Amino acid sequence: MAMRPIATTRQVTGIPTGRLATWWVIGSEIVIFGGLLGSYLMHRLVNMQWANYAAHTNTWAGAFNTLVLLTSSLSAVLAHHAASHGDGKKAARYLWMTMGGGALFVAVKAVEWTHEIQLGYTISSNAFWAFYYTAAGLHALHVIAGVIIMGIISVACLKNEDLHRVELIGNYWHFVDLVWIFLFPLLYIAK
Amino acid sequence: MAESVPAADVHAHDDHGHHEQSFASKYLFSTDHKMIAMQYMFTGMAMALIGGFFAYAFRMQLAFPGMDVPFWGQVSAAEYNALVTNHGTIMIFWVAMPVLIAAFGNYLIPLMCGCDDMVFPRLNRLSYQIFLLSAVVLIASFFVEGGAFGGAWTAYPPLSAKAEYSLTPLGSTIWVIAVALEFVAFLLGGINFVTTAMNSRAEGMGMYDIPVVIWMIVIASILFMASVGPLIAGAVMLVFDQTLGTNFFDPDRGGDPILWQHLFWFFGHPEVYVVLLPALGITADIMATFSRKKIFAYKTVLYTTFATGVLSFMVWAHHQFIAGVDPRMAHVFTITTLLISIPIAELCFVYIATLYKGSITLSTPMLWALAFLGEFLIGGVTGIFLGASGADVYFHDTYFVLAHFHYTFFPIAIIGTFAGVTYWFPKMFGRMMNETLGKIHFWGTVIPFNCIFIPLFFLGMGGQHRRIYNYENFPELAGQGMQDIRIFATVSLLVMLAFQVVFFINFIMSLRSGKKAPNNPWRANTLEWQTPSPPPHGNFGSEMPKVYRGPYEYGTPGREEDFWPQNAPS
Repeated sequence: MAMRPIATTRQVTGIPTGRLATWWVIGSEIVIFGGLLGSYLMHRLVNMQWANYAAHTNTWAGAFNTLVLLTSSLSAVLAHHAASHGDGKKAARYLWMTMGGGALFVAVKAVEWTHEIQLGYTISSNAFWAFYYTAAGLHALHVIAGVIIMGIISVACLKNEDLHRVELIGNYWHFVDLVWIFLFPLLYIAK
Repeated sequence: MAESVPAADVHAHDDHGHHEQSFASKYLFSTDHKMIAMQYMFTGMAMALIGGFFAYAFRMQLAFPGMDVPFWGQVSAAEYNALVTNHGTIMIFWVAMPVLIAAFGNYLIPLMCGCDDMVFPRLNRLSYQIFLLSAVVLIASFFVEGGAFGGAWTAYPPLSAKAEYSLTPLGSTIWVIAVALEFVAFLLGGINFVTTAMNSRAEGMGMYDIPVVIWMIVIASILFMASVGPLIAGAVMLVFDQTLGTNFFDPDRGGDPILWQHLFWFFGHPEVYVVLLPALGITADIMATFSRKKIFAYKTVLYTTFATGVLSFMVWAHHQFIAGVDPRMAHVFTITTLLISIPIAELCFVYIATLYKGSITLSTPMLWALAFLGEFLIGGVTGIFLGASGADVYFHDTYFVLAHFHYTFFPIAIIGTFAGVTYWFPKMFGRMMNETLGKIHFWGTVIPFNCIFIPLFFLGMGGQHRRIYNYENFPELAGQGMQDIRIFATVSLLVMLAFQVVFFINFIMSLRSGKKAPNNPWRANTLEWQTPSPPPHGNFGSEMPKVYRGPYEYGTPGREEDFWPQNAPS
């Protein structure tokens, strides 16, 4: 492995480069979801009958997933705490718990969607279901990506390498969490 | 090309440990910001040739309907649509963006900020690879069944969403995917640019010691990041409409085609400023250097640019005045659109004030910079007509609009690029360009450019609608007077394209046998000129520069030299 360029070691703002870049990533993600949810809201406000379609979504599954995702954020915080004390092994274990939460979230989603598709509510049924599957699907992709990245980071943690990354993936995971906090009421509760 | 330049006077100060690199690792998989900049630049230039060739083909069809166009053949109606669509798409997304932001950003940010590379070198390489893939995907759309997408670069549904309307079942999906890939590449690149400029500046370089061109590229990257998100979501929705049978944009089944226009222009209008700002930055640096004067009101330039950036998010619906938006909303957008001309006009005045009483050298880069100012002004002034919703109802979708935005984009993407390339060529390749050929190319480009587009304003005012394949079918537009103007514009285009050969001859001749460039041929202050031409791997050798002052200290009283490099201790 070649030596790192000097540019990668500088820190003029006082904020570590990785953290800075993660925030820029999150910023650009916010506008992606913002555009999607903004479009959904504009439609929802003028289409009263969408409340009838939304009545078919499974609020309990959504609520359970909210609980799962919020709990997984707790273990992400605990992983950061362990990493900031230099305990890579402990951080890795907490990251695995978070990954477990992410996996459970996706599994619940899969069961839920299978059921809905069997009932005939597919992505091409109407504009509400199109938004439902697109927005929740895009979010689920972010969950899956987060789990994969966390897996890579946890391997490095076991060797006590690059522990600062635990904080970065934690920030990302909180963001994914936050998107769900918007999706859950918009797609499941508002009926 | 870049490869043929011997790195002779480089004291191989290779901090990075690898002395013998294979061809692939040096030119194809390099993480060096200068090499990635060259990759972006040459890819952008190749795409410009394709985009220019498309313009040639469809302009020939307009001037001489039904003729056998040399090197293309008969232009069918479907081909005409595909050519126009992809001319626009290529020139904005695969020429203006990669050259102005990615090539100059990659080349200049680490050099001008006094560091050795970007903060994420491998992410940088990935960004270029995704960009190259996107270019290949776009070109591939010409070879699929049904041909390339022909629904205009704005891709309005339902035309773009349904194969039975667009008649390009594969082409339109491939088009959206190519554009989306390109966005991913520039998001990665943009995050890298912003983070590098924030965190990796040389010791002593404060916020207000950053050259204007770097500020402009950084602000442009932020604008891009903040505006492209809704369109990425929109692209996903459009692909689903095309392939999965969803109905986001289908009015027959509860969707809304205007939604796409909002998502597109919420990005599309800031995008104008995304490409404008780097061009403004390039010309600002050139004007200061060749007027031997400090930039007039450096901080005002920055504040004005911030204001432009903020306002650029509030003007998008002026593209939709006749798309059925509420007239009350049209008033609001008329006002914001007219407002945004204030900061831009202010920048023009700042540039003129920089020139005022300067010691001006009319070198080739300076000529390009001055032409940028003059031509962009025409684009800006004609924009006032279109920003006012009342006048726009008449002008909308005529050649007046077309001529207007070519008067903004041509100065940005072509004149701005030539200004930058001729100015930094000595640094990039270690050779001086030929000034005589450079000036022939300059006049041979700028005069025909005006001959192409000024007549089109008049055609537009005469009611000539855009996106028409053959005007012979429209009795009120088919008169010989109007046809003569079309022929004049097309002939001017041929002249302009012919003069580009001069540029390529100059480029290649200068690369092979141009005069060896000294470190600082223009006697400029910024850090990239304080290192060998071309800069070695690592840019500044073993000792990174320290910065003592701002970038525009020209003609300081009491100094023997009329310039004062940023890194000179006293």
